[in-house]
Amino acid sequence: MIAASVPVQRPAGAKLLVADRSGGIEHHRRSEFVRLLRAGDLVIANDAATLPASLSGRHLPSGRQIEARLAGRDSLATDQVKSFSAVLFGLGDFRMRTEDRPLPPSVRCGDRLALGPLRATVVRRLLNHPRLVVLELEGSPREIWAGLARHGRPIQYAHVPAPLALWDSWTPIAGPPVAFEPPSAGFVLDWSVVASMAARDVGFATITHAAGISSTGDPKLDGLLPFDEPYRIPASTARAIERTRAQGGRVVAIGTTVVRALEHAAGRDGMLRVGEGLATQRVGASSQLRVVDAILSGTHEPGTSHYELLRAFTGDQTLARIDQELNTHAYRTHEFGDSVFLERSVPVVPKATASLQATRQLVRYRARPLPEPSSLSGKDWGRGLLGPHPAAPACSKTGSP
Amino acid sequence: MTIIDSTDHSGPPIPRDPFVRLRVAITGGTSGLGLALVREVLNRGAHVAFVARSRDAVERVAAEHAGAHGIVGDVSRKEDTYPLAVQILGALGGLDVLVNNASHLGPVPLALLADTDCEDFERALATNVLAPFRLTKALLGALAASAREGFTTVVLNVSSDAAINAYPSWGAYGASKAALHHLSRIWREELLAEGIAVLSLDPGDMDTPLHAAAVPDAERSSLKRPESAARELADAIAVALSQRAATPELLNEAIR
Repeated sequence: MIAASVPVQRPAGAKLLVADRSGGIEHHRRSEFVRLLRAGDLVIANDAATLPASLSGRHLPSGRQIEARLAGRDSLATDQVKSFSAVLFGLGDFRMRTEDRPLPPSVRCGDRLALGPLRATVVRRLLNHPRLVVLELEGSPREIWAGLARHGRPIQYAHVPAPLALWDSWTPIAGPPVAFEPPSAGFVLDWSVVASMAARDVGFATITHAAGISSTGDPKLDGLLPFDEPYRIPASTARAIERTRAQGGRVVAIGTTVVRALEHAAGRDGMLRVGEGLATQRVGASSQLRVVDAILSGTHEPGTSHYELLRAFTGDQTLARIDQELNTHAYRTHEFGDSVFLERSVPVVPKATASLQATRQLVRYRARPLPEPSSLSGKDWGRGLLGPHPAAPACSKTGSP
Repeated sequence: MTIIDSTDHSGPPIPRDPFVRLRVAITGGTSGLGLALVREVLNRGAHVAFVARSRDAVERVAAEHAGAHGIVGDVSRKEDTYPLAVQILGALGGLDVLVNNASHLGPVPLALLADTDCEDFERALATNVLAPFRLTKALLGALAASAREGFTTVVLNVSSDAAINAYPSWGAYGASKAALHHLSRIWREELLAEGIAVLSLDPGDMDTPLHAAAVPDAERSSLKRPESAARELADAIAVALSQRAATPELLNEAIR
């Protein structure tokens, strides 16, 4: 596929490959997306706005140049903006391919970074990896938000040569600034699309999911993506899903982050948990989808976590034919590229369906407790952040592990 | 599908004032009507973020008003729009009410339109028309998200009788406020379906720095106190909040 190199969210010629539940493939103009939906369907998008998460500056002990890309956070709370996991880079900027970027200066626990008006301390190294750390930003939430807003830039990659502005990265429906990279499947939406859904009796709802970074420059680290991502499901969205299910409509996720959040919130018991959660799971071929019937997403390359997620929707044969079609028809890839609409070929997990239909009343129930903020500095957070991999020991006062 | 809702719906009894816990952003919040509005909605229990150009003024007002989140920025600069949106939405976590209050008078002293410098006219348009357009557009996703969760959300654009009447020597201000008023009317029609009420209200002639710049020798005691104008505007927002859709009669109507 061809890399989409111009930051236009809704180019006139955008293409949409449609694969239905039986594997039939059609090509459409993406602007016709709403016409593929049926009355009673429910479209769910991620309304996270994108943080200016790329912070350039200096590693104070060495005086050398460094770029910190904020990559994760354990909560969506507005006042919990001190601790972020981050990926560090040395010389260069986004114009250089991420995998070609030099390593950052050797970083030890306790080292301070000057990132424009912001100051940060390396409080943990993760997986003993030279790039991966937990940063603690100094100052009040107000100062941190101001520093991020004034100094930070949206994370971007070499396939888009022009520097991105935040307005390039925010979807039109963007709200809380909690994503580290744009939930770019949502670029398909603008307000006239939202209005035309209503006119066709297609529902529209949102969740908020702190989409993480898509590439670290190290294939081994990339293999651990996505990191843990906090999300929030509004009660109104859960009710819309319940109504859609009851009436036989399809739940259509705009982007992989929506799938990850909804499927994480849907337990094996057929219950959908409202409120904030932390998505820790990987969605792939062995995942059983409990909520989502179809996905509108970008065009993803085999081997990426996004592509893996598509394997929960359909078989490898269909995905291989989709790849072939995307290449034959010169689809463009990456965040400003073309899109794929994929309907789930496997029916809803039978057991869950029964349970869903059997119990439709609203139930209040205590959801799994989220990790306490205090556990941030503990060992478990690193492990939680990156899945079942050994975390590096926390910083000791004397230096790096 | 069964929904497990462990979020807190019980809380204290439903408060009488619709502002309680609402997330409100106010531009031009360190003087005149804007400052009075910050105080008014804080007193009514809202979470408030306010924007102004002067760092000193923002820090002073923030220090004097616990709970108000002060943000330094110039709404008339396009480049400031998204940094402001990041800070507003970052601090408040979302948005229910946006008050576009920051205004630019045009030439000081006031001048006949034919004597008005183009730059002064452009500045009035940038602050009074383009800034509310840009900031509202950047915050629309958050406002619509709140509306989808069942709240009515409000954009209040502070208008003027100079938007309707042709007052000689108020050309830059009057023309820009007229454009803002019409923008409000169109947006009101378009956003009704999203659950966002757009209001354009004239607070009246107030004893504010802007009025003093325009009419330096005005008899101050004859002017409205910004505090009472702020109360009336907050009441108007409360009316819109308590209804699912905007009330047409609130548009165009001057509060006196």
